[in-house]
Amino acid sequence: MKPAERMKIDRQPMTEQDASARAKNFREVNQGYADEAATQEALRCLKCKDAKCVNGCPVGIDIAGFVGAVADGDLNKAANILLAANVLPGITGRVCPQETQCEQYCVRGKKGVSVGIGYLERFVADWARENREDLFEPPPPTGKKVAVVGSGPAGLTCAGELSKMGHAVTIFEALHKAGGVLVYGIPEFRLPNHIVEAEVDGLRRRGVDIVTDVVIGQTYTIPELLEEEGFHAVFVGNGAGLPVFQGIPGENLKGVYSANEFLTRVNLMGGYMFDAGETDTPIIRASQAVVVGGGNTAMDSVRTAKRLGANPATLIYRRSREEMPARVEEIKHAEEEGVIFRLLNNPIEILGDDKGWVRAVRCIKMELGEPDDSGRRRPVPVEGSEFELPCQVFIEAIGTGANPLLTQTTPGLEVNRWGNIIVDENNMTSIPGVFAGGDIVRGGATVILAMGDGKGSSVAMHEYLMNGK
Amino acid sequence: MFPIRKAVWLAPKVRLIEVEAQRVAKHHQPGHFVIIRVRDPGERIPLTMATSDAQAGTITLVVQVVGATTEMLCDLEAGESILNVVGPLGKPTEIEDFGHAVLVGGGVGTAVIYPQAEALKKVGNTVSAIIGGRTKEYVIFEKELAEHCDVVHPCTDDGSYGYNGFVTGKLQELLEDESQKIGAVITAGPVPMMRAIAKVTKPFNVRTIVSLNPIMVDGTGMCGGCRVSVGGETKFACVDGPEFEAQDVDFDELVDRLATYQTQEKIAWDRLHKCQDCSKS
Ligand SMILES: Cc1cc2nc3c(=O)[nH]c(=O)nc-3n(C[C@H](O)[C@H](O)[C@H](O)COP(=O)(O)OP(=O)(O)OC[C@H]3O[C@@H](n4cnc5c(N)ncnc54)[C@H](O)[C@@H]3O)c2cc1C
Ligand SMILES: Cc1cc2nc3c(=O)[nH]c(=O)nc-3n(C[C@H](O)[C@H](O)[C@H](O)COP(=O)(O)OP(=O)(O)OC[C@H]3O[C@@H](n4cnc5c(N)ncnc54)[C@H](O)[C@@H]3O)c2cc1C
Ligand code: SF4
Ligand code: SF4
Ligand code: FES
Repeated sequence: MKPAERMKIDRQPMTEQDASARAKNFREVNQGYADEAATQEALRCLKCKDAKCVNGCPVGIDIAGFVGAVADGDLNKAANILLAANVLPGITGRVCPQETQCEQYCVRGKKGVSVGIGYLERFVADWARENREDLFEPPPPTGKKVAVVGSGPAGLTCAGELSKMGHAVTIFEALHKAGGVLVYGIPEFRLPNHIVEAEVDGLRRRGVDIVTDVVIGQTYTIPELLEEEGFHAVFVGNGAGLPVFQGIPGENLKGVYSANEFLTRVNLMGGYMFDAGETDTPIIRASQAVVVGGGNTAMDSVRTAKRLGANPATLIYRRSREEMPARVEEIKHAEEEGVIFRLLNNPIEILGDDKGWVRAVRCIKMELGEPDDSGRRRPVPVEGSEFELPCQVFIEAIGTGANPLLTQTTPGLEVNRWGNIIVDENNMTSIPGVFAGGDIVRGGATVILAMGDGKGSSVAMHEYLMNGK
Repeated sequence: MFPIRKAVWLAPKVRLIEVEAQRVAKHHQPGHFVIIRVRDPGERIPLTMATSDAQAGTITLVVQVVGATTEMLCDLEAGESILNVVGPLGKPTEIEDFGHAVLVGGGVGTAVIYPQAEALKKVGNTVSAIIGGRTKEYVIFEKELAEHCDVVHPCTDDGSYGYNGFVTGKLQELLEDESQKIGAVITAGPVPMMRAIAKVTKPFNVRTIVSLNPIMVDGTGMCGGCRVSVGGETKFACVDGPEFEAQDVDFDELVDRLATYQTQEKIAWDRLHKCQDCSKS
């Protein structure tokens, strides 16, 4: 097909559950491409010689290669190309912020709409999961034992890569289920738990030992893993799971949640099925809910509250829409589902009734002033503009910090002033043989960056294990 | 899976469960707790370890049936298993030589003070225990405590055994007796009891430590659900505690927050009993 013909094809829309229906259920919003749509979308790619899209992908997937294989109908080949660079494509295809990564650099985006790289990635990954056996030749064992702390994307990727090299890998996970934010944070309507489970099962089949219910820092310390439990190296991927509260009055009223607690109750513990009698974990269903924040976590929380019956489910954000860090698609989906956005507003106090339940949140209007350190215009309160928003559930989704449980029990492990672990260019920490990556190093970042760290670390760890460097 | 080695009733609705949990047992110190999940799907609930045996790889829990999950747990027999046990969690009790340490246990809190008694004795304290129950049959762990304590004062609300009245009454007596020279009061039990104890010790200016039991989810500082106000600051009981200076604790807030899911807890309880009835018939 000639480029001119390719240019004539419009971007293929994603099939979605109807907005009013999906606002009441937890099934996945995006339904995936049909075969025909995938082929059409793949044909839009111009197979650029100097493909810029790859520069936008933190793991450098050969995008033109896999998309071209989809266009040729060779899904097996597409899957091989994809999996060579990215072990969790079914996950990144769903949750990568494509608009600021690969798709931002796609030439077709310059004059029109970029190729739907994320949608195609998901298409190929789902096909592979359903149609291919994960053929796996066990590599010759190296005799080296590695412990991986945390089973989020950083830990899973690192473990997968190390096992391919023949090292014996054990993942220690604090919760009862593996997957990190992918299972406790990101809701099922964006990333169904069974997709993560399939990836985790794949690792198990490759011989990675996944031990849940172990909190490193409590059950074992890192020095113990190295000195008593026989591990030759450790990768720390324990995430940035410390909820940040704003510190405003009323935060301990009943009905105030951190996004972490709210989402964990709903996703990990299945709290949304409590009323149906299928789980034992309660969650408060509010008729009016307010969420503060502007990132993916805030968007996930407000859409979850909506699905639990809140009307309105309102999102307050102190800056304007342009500054919202959430994925563009999530903002769009939230709006379609009827979430109310109150931009340029900030909560200053949570108000309770005489029984200790939240009844409203007091907010103040903001306006954008001079740019701050981040280059974004700093929001400043407008005097005298306070108002009350009634709600029975209030969720704080303003970010997370580094959880000190592990770092405090590891003597000699250097952290910065925010508690994030400091690593060198090989992702090695101040302790020889202990590597780290993902959110615990970067602060809250993205799934693909965590995976990139896991992969990068695995290479450096292999070098360390085999050559002592 | 964590196999149960032994499960016996200590008192009505109070069960001792010894379970295999090698890794936890190896690192257990007084004051530590675990979070368990009986089955899947299932709620995660925190329980303090009464004892552990690192050699045998077992830990001992003393559980009171108060709702659906504790009931399911207490229905299990030796030979059956608990799906998840994670720990040890929380900060261990600060063990130091207070001179004379008085431990006060109410209900299953009596099991919580047991490892503390042992550790406090080891570092040279004179150790007294005041343990309470509604009636004689609710007084637990008396014999075990006696192994490590200089004196054990059982108390019953109805006077059927030991001191006639609440543990606070007995504690007041000891505090008033200057020859006792009490250096610290350490207590675990129902919140109203711990609050009452804080009130009793306050005028005596005796260091008082309480073991708080807010609702928890992960137990690793990730969710913030277990937050309590201590000395005007928000603390996460699972990682900053569960033990805190009694005089600094906002008990009203704790009691209030514990009632968050009252309605749902009742639903879960009714559901469990309805199912048990229908499976019987
Ligand atoms: C609600 C939400 C939505 C998000 N949406 C997106 C999105 O759409 N796209 C995107 O790219 N990114 C998104 N992110 C960010 C992304 O999920 C994270 O950047 C990523 O998961 C970080 O991976 P990680 O492996 O470093 O840590 P995590 O995923 O946080 O995993 C860490 C794991 O370590 C475990 N752990 C912690 N401490 C210990 C310990 N001491 N011992 C043993 N185990 C421990 C934890 O239980 C957890 O399972 C979102 C984040 C949240 C919270
Ligand atoms: C650090 C700590 C140590 C504890 N140690 C013991 C112990 O050794 N023995 C013992 O019998 N009990 C102990 N508890 C209390 C025990 O966790 C609760 O009784 C149990 O969670 C109730 O669950 P349920 O489903 O049976 O009852 P529910 O019907 O859920 O609730 C009944 C009561 O338990 C409280 N509760 C419910 N869920 C939780 C939760 N996830 N965390 C804490 N409290 C909750 C509720 O506020 C309510 O008052 C401890 C609690 C904490 C926080
Ligand atoms: S991994 Fe993410 S950035 Fe890379 S190609 Fe896939 S969707 Fe784009
Ligand atoms: S930049 Fe766009 S059109 Fe060019 S190869 Fe990449 S995806 Fe295809
Ligand atoms: S139980 Fe979640 S932070 Fe304490």
